[in-house]
Amino acid sequence: MKSEVKARPVSPARGRRLGALVFLSPGLAYLVVLMLVPLALLLSDTVFQRGRFGGIVYEFTTENFERLLDPLYLNVVVNSLKLAALTTLIALLLGYPTAYLIAQLPRKWKTVALVAIVLPFWTNFIIRVYAWIMLLSGPGLVNSGLKALGLGPIEVLYTEGAIVTGLLYSYLPLMVLPLYAAIDRLDPQLREASANLGASAFTTFRKVTFPLTLPAVMTGSLFVFVPSFGNFVIPELLGGSKSIMVGNLIRDQFLKARDWPFGATLALALVVALVLLLLAQSWMARRA
Amino acid sequence: MSRTRFTRRLPATMAVVGLALAVAACGGGSSEETTTVAADQLKPNADLSKQSLQVTVWEGYLPEELPKRVKEKLKVENMNIAYHDTNETAMAKLTASGDSGVDVAFVSGQYAQALNEQGLLEPIHPELIPNLANLYPEATQLSYDKGNKYSVPYTWGTTGICYRSDLVKTPPTSWNDLLKPPAWADKKVTMMTTERWLALPALKALGYSVNTDKDEEIEKVREALMAQKPHLLTYDDTTFGDRLVSGEALMVEAWDGWCPTTNEKQNIKFVVPKEGSDLWVDTMVIMKSSKNKEAAHALINYILDPEIHSWAAENINYKVPNKAAMDRVKIAPGSLLGITPAELLNGESIIDLGQASTKYSRLSADVKAK
Repeated sequence: MKSEVKARPVSPARGRRLGALVFLSPGLAYLVVLMLVPLALLLSDTVFQRGRFGGIVYEFTTENFERLLDPLYLNVVVNSLKLAALTTLIALLLGYPTAYLIAQLPRKWKTVALVAIVLPFWTNFIIRVYAWIMLLSGPGLVNSGLKALGLGPIEVLYTEGAIVTGLLYSYLPLMVLPLYAAIDRLDPQLREASANLGASAFTTFRKVTFPLTLPAVMTGSLFVFVPSFGNFVIPELLGGSKSIMVGNLIRDQFLKARDWPFGATLALALVVALVLLLLAQSWMARRA
Repeated sequence: MSRTRFTRRLPATMAVVGLALAVAACGGGSSEETTTVAADQLKPNADLSKQSLQVTVWEGYLPEELPKRVKEKLKVENMNIAYHDTNETAMAKLTASGDSGVDVAFVSGQYAQALNEQGLLEPIHPELIPNLANLYPEATQLSYDKGNKYSVPYTWGTTGICYRSDLVKTPPTSWNDLLKPPAWADKKVTMMTTERWLALPALKALGYSVNTDKDEEIEKVREALMAQKPHLLTYDDTTFGDRLVSGEALMVEAWDGWCPTTNEKQNIKFVVPKEGSDLWVDTMVIMKSSKNKEAAHALINYILDPEIHSWAAENINYKVPNKAAMDRVKIAPGSLLGITPAELLNGESIIDLGQASTKYSRLSADVKAK
């Protein structure tokens, strides 16, 4: 905003503020109507009681927050954190080298590689998840391949391994793209300078490349972690509902248990956790 | 055949992506105000051409050409059908504001009971529905609404074990065959995930009521389900029939209408375990807020016509509580349409438990979380 103001040095201060307001109003209206108001409603629903058919009975209670501390629900949250963190870590380990290699490609091939990365997004999400069911199922492609190699069938479908596989597959591009953007922007002279000063390739990576791309690592990790943490379709389809994540829990409160206030409380807890995470990320990005 | 129920529930899994928060956000109050119309104001000879009908029903649950035929036959101004995918979404629709705009709603028995207890339903006026005489006598003795005071049954059925008779070593007879599967069925059984049906097999195996709200009984059920979990293929509400056909599963907990017993290639059979089971009924109710009550009664009367009502048995394979309609239906060998009303009435109706139903939600989360 500041730079925008500077761009019009002749206008009087008041006009500048008015102009800024005019240009900001569509965005502000969007945020207020679609973000702040729903969030306020969500917040208010957490302190009321469950209606018999769902809905809200407007009688004050703190019971929803007490239930949040029930070890059962805490367990679900911890399990979701675990699965999302594992997904993020693997995505980083796979995504960083991928992004690094794409950045080294000639210009023409870069485009091809990037299109290939986002290509799966052109197909419906549910269809892609169903494809994994076919791949991983007992007589599926993965197992018949392993059998042919004499590695014998493995039981993956309807386990937590299948959930992580599905999450990883769905969100890996969100890790690769910001990393690629950051690595591609790096000034090659910095690496040359590092090499000239006698650093090995590994030292250059550790002391120059990686620290400079750390904000992108954080961004990519958030992009993968956030949707993984709240996902409920993949645990249901690939995990066989045998282990639930916090997204399933929230969905079930609204659609099965008819317990909107508790669902709102769980959703609020999710929002708070993710906002804390975002704050941590921006703090680290500023330090980097 | 199981496709109908499939479409009834699958959207709940899919279409809701991202909706949960929106639903949370729009949490308007469930106002209990309704326009009260005295029960005896209905006129048998009302001019239906000034009334139009809004119906909410599960997709695929009524003949597609019904609105057109209703308009021709009953001379109502218009008939519009909206769909809900689960009872819960129907409830949200019907209770979200004083006047939902819905005249006739299709919901399961325990939900009709709950709606009535909230004073949202118009009493049924039997004099406006002569076709009530087509119903089996048993269909007027349903525990959630004895005498059909505020609901008219549309379809009914029960829950049991659906299994591959060509692949099982011994046919199942007890819920325990599912809860403690023998070695040959290890990881080849599925259970339903919807809360009350998740608990049903263990409740019945332990000799409890399907409507229990006793903590110690629910705890025993939890233990049984936890012990079963390592031997389970998956929890599945929608595709268990396909899993039997593919051989991925050998025994599944199933609603009778969803068990593909008439599949000719495989030998799929259905059994109601000896410990007993439930009786579920999907009903038609008229909202108290309706401004078209005469037309609503006329519609229900028309649906109870044997020709219309038998459509459900012939096309979606659900038993209908209408004797005149069932008499028209040719029942294929092995078809579960042959289960008699008397057999069905042995099942215990699932009733709405009010606040105690959160115990089943917690049970379901607990079993799946570990």
